[in-house]
Amino acid sequence: MKWGVVVFPGSCDERDAAYAVGSVIGDEVEMLWHGDEDTRGVDAIVLPGGFSYGDYLRCGAMARFSPVMKAVTAHAKAGGPVFGICNGFQILCEAGLLPGALVRNSALRFLCRSVNVRVENTATAFTASCEKGQVMSIPIKNGEGCFVASPDELARLEREGRVVFRYADGAPNGSLNDIAGVCNDAGNVVGLMPHPEHAVDPLLGSSDAAVLFRSVHAWLAGGDARKRA
Amino acid sequence: MKFVARVFLMPKTAILDPQGKAVAVSLHSLGYDEVADARLGKLIELKLDGKDEASVSARVDEMCRRLLANQIIEDYRFEVENQKP
Repeated sequence: MKWGVVVFPGSCDERDAAYAVGSVIGDEVEMLWHGDEDTRGVDAIVLPGGFSYGDYLRCGAMARFSPVMKAVTAHAKAGGPVFGICNGFQILCEAGLLPGALVRNSALRFLCRSVNVRVENTATAFTASCEKGQVMSIPIKNGEGCFVASPDELARLEREGRVVFRYADGAPNGSLNDIAGVCNDAGNVVGLMPHPEHAVDPLLGSSDAAVLFRSVHAWLAGGDARKRA
Repeated sequence: MKFVARVFLMPKTAILDPQGKAVAVSLHSLGYDEVADARLGKLIELKLDGKDEASVSARVDEMCRRLLANQIIEDYRFEVENQKP
């Protein structure tokens, strides 16, 4: 399969994401520029971490209006897998492809360390090969990683099992209900604040998160089964 | 006609505002004990051309909804002022 990794001005983890899906998983990778009008037929898309458009106004607020996001939205609406990591998660929220928003960490500090993340939902494109309850060590590095949503929205996410990842040892940033990642109602669009692309190789300190990228194979292979279900 | 619009963005009251809290703590440490709470928002000043105040207001409101404010976490209000030449 072929992945597209979107590069916005100010992205900084796109090479790591490409390394994860290319060198570690062994798939084809194409870099997609923010000004591109289409996603060049890729099967799955990663919106990488970084500081798109300088994080001006709000994180992700400007990136969501870049030309490539129209194509990413069309890909997502058609059921194509989209993984938003950190800034990519913020962009997906701003674009309305994921619920909620990410605001300043409660302690006002940029956090950069490994955290334990628990998989809560295995019916998504990026957790299909995980075990429910599986805990993985993944680094966080963000200043605006505190997930918030209205009480109604939060209750709906919990009810529908759309909290995909939770901080296993409590949220380091004030995230409501210890939420580290959520998905859309179809499970093909997933956002995660910690950085799985930095946890795909023992040399990086953890290879726990490689399974998230590998999950897309199982998800895409199971497409027909899902439609029948 | 020339107009100036001032858009005020404030974190919703239900949303944790750690920056506002830090400001309040700093003011307390300077002895301003009368400060009960502080909330930190944004002011965006726009200079724009328009026919009249109503049409400028409608456009600014649209800008707020589409880009300037994220209504999940922020409330916005704005004022529009005609710039006398």
